[in-house]
Amino acid sequence: MEKDDLMLEQLANREYEFGFVTAIDMDISEVGLNEDTVRFISAKKNEPQWLLDWRMKGFKAFQKQEMPHWQNFKMPEIDFQSISYYAAPKQQAKYASLDEVDPELLRTFEKLGIPMSEQKQLAGVAVDVVFDSVSVTTTYKKHLNELGIIFCSISDAVKDHPELIQKYLGSVVPHTDNVFASLNTAVFSDGSFVYIPKGVRCPMELSTYFRINAENTGQFERTLIIADEDSYVSYLEGCTAPMRDENQLHAAVVELIAMKGAEIKYSTVQNWYPGDKEGKGGIFNFVTKRGACRGERAKISWTQVETGSAITWKYPSILLQGDYSSGEFYSVAVTNNMQIADTGTKIHHIGAHTKSRIISKGISAGQGQNSYRGLVQMGAKAAYARNFTQCDSLLIGDRCGAHTFPYIESKNNTATIEHEATTSKIGEDQVFYLNQRGIDAEQAIALIVNGYAKDVLNQLPMEFAVEAQKLLSLTLEGSVG
Amino acid sequence: MLSIKNLHANIEGKEILKGINLEVKAGEVHAIMGPNGSGKSSLASVLAGRENYEVTEGEVWLDGKNLLDMKPEVRAREGVFLAFQYPVEIPGVSNINFLRTALSEIRTHRELPQLSAKEFLKMTKEKQALVEFEAKLANRSLNQGFSGGEKKRNEVFQLAMLEPKLSILDETDSGLDIDALRIVSNGINKLRSPDNAFILITHYQRLLEYIVPDFVHVLYNGQIVRSGTKELALELEEKGYDWLKEEFHGSESINKI
Ligand SMILES: Nc1ncnc2c1ncn2[C@@H]1O[C@H](COP(=O)(O)OP(=O)(O)OP(=O)(O)O)[C@@H](O)[C@H]1O
Ligand SMILES: [Mg+2]
Repeated sequence: MEKDDLMLEQLANREYEFGFVTAIDMDISEVGLNEDTVRFISAKKNEPQWLLDWRMKGFKAFQKQEMPHWQNFKMPEIDFQSISYYAAPKQQAKYASLDEVDPELLRTFEKLGIPMSEQKQLAGVAVDVVFDSVSVTTTYKKHLNELGIIFCSISDAVKDHPELIQKYLGSVVPHTDNVFASLNTAVFSDGSFVYIPKGVRCPMELSTYFRINAENTGQFERTLIIADEDSYVSYLEGCTAPMRDENQLHAAVVELIAMKGAEIKYSTVQNWYPGDKEGKGGIFNFVTKRGACRGERAKISWTQVETGSAITWKYPSILLQGDYSSGEFYSVAVTNNMQIADTGTKIHHIGAHTKSRIISKGISAGQGQNSYRGLVQMGAKAAYARNFTQCDSLLIGDRCGAHTFPYIESKNNTATIEHEATTSKIGEDQVFYLNQRGIDAEQAIALIVNGYAKDVLNQLPMEFAVEAQKLLSLTLEGSVG
Repeated sequence: MLSIKNLHANIEGKEILKGINLEVKAGEVHAIMGPNGSGKSSLASVLAGRENYEVTEGEVWLDGKNLLDMKPEVRAREGVFLAFQYPVEIPGVSNINFLRTALSEIRTHRELPQLSAKEFLKMTKEKQALVEFEAKLANRSLNQGFSGGEKKRNEVFQLAMLEPKLSILDETDSGLDIDALRIVSNGINKLRSPDNAFILITHYQRLLEYIVPDFVHVLYNGQIVRSGTKELALELEEKGYDWLKEEFHGSESINKI
């Protein structure tokens, strides 16, 4: 037990690595939220009337909604009037080449390890960077263009592909979905848009990095990905934020649409600032992510590695509408110090012969609280639908908590649902065994944790898997003496 | 190589080791026998640096360095290897990756160059052959779902890979079938050199027929109560421990007068 205490002590001393602020001229709206704020944002972005109208609908819905109350933690007071809803680097033009980009910004990217260089092109990564609210640069567009793939910021898509945006934006996550989704509808700043045409296999990983930089701002990005019939795309999302004493709100919305025979793999490595060891500061991460398998044999998989944020509230879900469509959810969530994670998934089996698989790995250290919340729903028409859920919790020390809330609803007696759950503790004897082979305690914990999370990490694209592994180790760094 | 002087250790406030003295020189093999609960594994744990044991008195030196001042991982890097009586399972951590990490740490500490992937693989193959350790086990998760005997063999495979100065084998023979015992013993005999030393903790004289010890010690009630050569093991096999216990308690009561 003594060793555990020591572990806890040291865990608490771990510092956030990405907590720097970039000194860049920002164009920031005044704090507060009303109809004028919404108009201001829309005007700043030169948006068409239909989009402003939609934002307004979102704002009205937001005003009527209540904060969710069912999660396994006390909802913090969020003063929506003290947040600034728009922040953009002043130099706003799009850059033809990286040389034109503010060097300070590039240095930030470097610190973040963002793959902006030639090497990355070799690695086959196309990157879209959303810095605070505006998408700064998109690389490798040309190559993608040739295949008919659209990969750009939502703002650009509004201008260049209004028909796609009008048809699909809000079609999976409606503007009334929940308070945070409504807020996002009203004030969303920017985000990424992807369209993969019929029969096209996107030849590279598409990737976006988000970073909150300015003080008192929230980040409300919106991502929309459409995979047309028989197409394939793998998309990666990463993020960081500087250290701040105040909490900052992140309320993103992601919508995925997979048509007949299409496949979307969406991977997230979430590393927002988690707050200090006393729980001061940190990002409130309230995110709505949902995908729809609209056609037969469509497939969507969510993979997430959640290591950051003071609070994570996030349930990437999947609507399995097409017959024989399938959905997967792979998650590793780590909570250390005072972090809270309430995360999981909802899978709605609507079509017949639909299949889903859920693998959730929670890791709690310090006084972290980790809840898995999942819903598997078998609709009346979901004949022979199948679900398998595995939900594991790993505890480090004895002041943290792990909780699971699996819900099952079945209206179809031909459906099968399997659920497995385990809770384990990193044993002092496991750490000692590795010590005895020359491996120090910190690395021992990293090995054990990565081993535990392997089934999920294996789902990430290679490059990201390595990064995620490092991040897991980093999050638990200083855990033992 | 190893010098243990008047070592006393407690666990949860209870004294388990009560003044152990032992000298092990390079090139030697020492066997430690003794009844259940006498403190054999405790001695091994204290030497390896397990933190729930509190050393209350005494000294341990390894080639002139104070072992008790070192963290467990440093002791390992300095060349202390413990083949556990009950090896733990670590799910998801591949045996071979774990060994690669361990070997890299140890080589860094010993200021040896790192092995290339190819060299490492070659070494793995050689050492696997030495103890006839199945390649498919090397790629599985560390000890997960291994049979009792497979776990023991894995300990010796790791020993062969990490090339320690001082190896402590805690009942590595128990759980091995007759053929495995012979194979593993042969492997260990091949690993013996004038530069390393072995402490074999065992209940069975049989092991000592394969690996012939230079000395045999009997641990009882936290002390070494008798030391001898391999003939002592034969005597114990024949007579059990009662005569030693009686002798010990006899001398204890004499001391009290
Ligand atoms: N964690 C513990 N708490 C209390 N007592 C312990 C603990 N660990 C070991 N002991 C006690 O220490 C004594 C010595 O145990 P140890 O495992 O060293 O014996 P051993 O000689 O290896 O026995 P065996 O031949 O059965 O393996 C035993 O009485 C045991 O119960
Ligand atoms: Mg023992």
